[in-house]
Amino acid sequence: MNASTPARNGIWLVAEREIGSKLRSKAFLISTGILLLIALAGVLFGGFASQNNDAMPVAVTSETATAVSALPDVEVTEVASRAEAEELVREGDVDAAVLAGDNAAGYTIVALEDAPGSLVSALSLSPEVVILEPVTTNPLLRYFIAIAFGLVFMMAAATFGGTIAQSVVEEKQTRVVEVLLSAIPARTLLAGKVIGNTVLAMGQILALAAVATIGLIVTGQREVLTTLGAPIIWFAVFFLFGFILLAAMFAAAASMVSRQEDIGSTTTPITMLIMAPYVLVIVFNDNPLVLTIMSYVPFSAPVGMPMRLFVGEAQWWEPLLSLAILLASCVAAIVVGAKIYENSLLRMGSRVKLAEALRG
Amino acid sequence: MTTGLLELSGITKSYGSRRVLDDVSFTVAPGRLTGFVGGNGAGKTTTMRIILGLLSSDGGRVDLDGTPLTTADRRRFGYMPEERGLYPKMKVREQIVYLARLHGFSKPEATERATALLTELGLGERLDDTIESLSLGNQQRAQIAASLVHDPEVLILDEPFSGLDPLAVDVVAGVLQASAARGASILFSSHQLDVVERLCDDLVILAGGTIRAAGSRDGLRAEHARDRYELISAGDAGWLRTEPGVTVVDFEGGYALFDADGPDTAQRVLQSAVARGDVASFAPKHPSLAQIFKEVIQ
Repeated sequence: MNASTPARNGIWLVAEREIGSKLRSKAFLISTGILLLIALAGVLFGGFASQNNDAMPVAVTSETATAVSALPDVEVTEVASRAEAEELVREGDVDAAVLAGDNAAGYTIVALEDAPGSLVSALSLSPEVVILEPVTTNPLLRYFIAIAFGLVFMMAAATFGGTIAQSVVEEKQTRVVEVLLSAIPARTLLAGKVIGNTVLAMGQILALAAVATIGLIVTGQREVLTTLGAPIIWFAVFFLFGFILLAAMFAAAASMVSRQEDIGSTTTPITMLIMAPYVLVIVFNDNPLVLTIMSYVPFSAPVGMPMRLFVGEAQWWEPLLSLAILLASCVAAIVVGAKIYENSLLRMGSRVKLAEALRG
Repeated sequence: MTTGLLELSGITKSYGSRRVLDDVSFTVAPGRLTGFVGGNGAGKTTTMRIILGLLSSDGGRVDLDGTPLTTADRRRFGYMPEERGLYPKMKVREQIVYLARLHGFSKPEATERATALLTELGLGERLDDTIESLSLGNQQRAQIAASLVHDPEVLILDEPFSGLDPLAVDVVAGVLQASAARGASILFSSHQLDVVERLCDDLVILAGGTIRAAGSRDGLRAEHARDRYELISAGDAGWLRTEPGVTVVDFEGGYALFDADGPDTAQRVLQSAVARGDVASFAPKHPSLAQIFKEVIQ
């Protein structure tokens, strides 16, 4: 027997058990499968919707054929006379007919009920428009991506944060923790739990990123992928450390109670912290000030910074600075979390007060 | 390799203003089973947790072979907490293998040991069942396997026999004796004084946070023997009542239980008894553990 087995061996054993017991849970596997399918469906739907710009069927005569054919998104049917063109409009074979006219524009547009706006503007002489602050990204796309980052962050963090909290309380409630602590130090146990659940959460994030990337390639949305590629990678990096931070907090909070029913009483504030970025990014995804603040606050940086990178508002050094802040808070959370965890783990019964847990 | 002599000296512990352990000192010797008895709330579990490093003491020290106990030493300890604890949804063998690996065994070694030990404890048929599907008695056996699987040098067992049927008590007692025979130092607490009396080599009695008696079982019995003798003879033993220096405790026909004021008196009684007729038995009567216990905790 080797009594001097290094602590990392114990950490890995604990992590392995955490991962193994989760991977054997059917509920977990099924919900992950559903999540991946939803992500794939979302990307595919987005792809098809953007390709689905139906060309407008338009009837023309020989005088207008050249001018109309040059317009985008029209399907031209050339007819011999005005009467024939009107007939096609009436029967609904075409949406509109463009005929030669003697007005200033030189065209007459014939439509059945409503004026075809896009055709009218396409054939009109528009004044020159100068936009001082152009929107670089499609606002709808921006909104969906904000939801996607926010939702993925919230769901993954809540799922695996919840898992770590339950696992801590399960060990306390069943008292197996006393047996474990007679074999390994509390810090080893905590480290193993955090690492195990981080591996699981990262696995899920990477699977989602892979599905999104493949979906974008398959549906030919390469230009979205070019703008989204870097933010996705940054999201993964920020999520990694953001989750370690949250996992340490969840473990510490959960160690203060002794029964599963009481978990909520200490973990609710952390759950709020996870939900905040989701809500904020949906409401304020076009507000640069809120996004900038979010991109530096450790709890919302995993959502805020990739979002700013996506819309091109962040300077190259900003993600690095934000990551440094996140890392520092991560270290602080681990130190404080480990202290609370060590001090609370063997206190059974009523909830341990935070001051006592910190004092030891 | 250390020998595993565990020594507690002057351990004190208070929760707030309530002192739960006061100057607790005793030793747990290798190769011996030390029984740890005391009433509810006497401080047994607290003492055990301090030995395991699960709690820190306010004062005093725990030494192993004369040097202060370290975390590395404690990895060679086995512990069975009073509140049983294993993962309910984990399979029996998987769980014991996991614990053995946490104690530093390789996977194949751990599997081999877990299988052998669980089989010895009568769980050979249930290796791949989850803990929660076992009866309480069988969960208890699994718990004992958890504390023994790494062949610990020092074993600390909090109430290992509670909840076991008499057959299971014998199985567990056998496993513990085998472990002691291999040189382990074993400290176990129990409320079942008859089991402790039968099993232990040494005894520690704790009451109100202080040690009331500690030493070898036989030594303690001799110490608490008050020159009480039992006589079984053919004739009527009524004559004893008029014998000087003798106080009869119990008497019926040829049977008498009496206290003598000294060994000389006892010898004189024996001689008169032999002179009066056939003596079937004459022996000093040692007090039971239950009697000693009641006596010392008062």
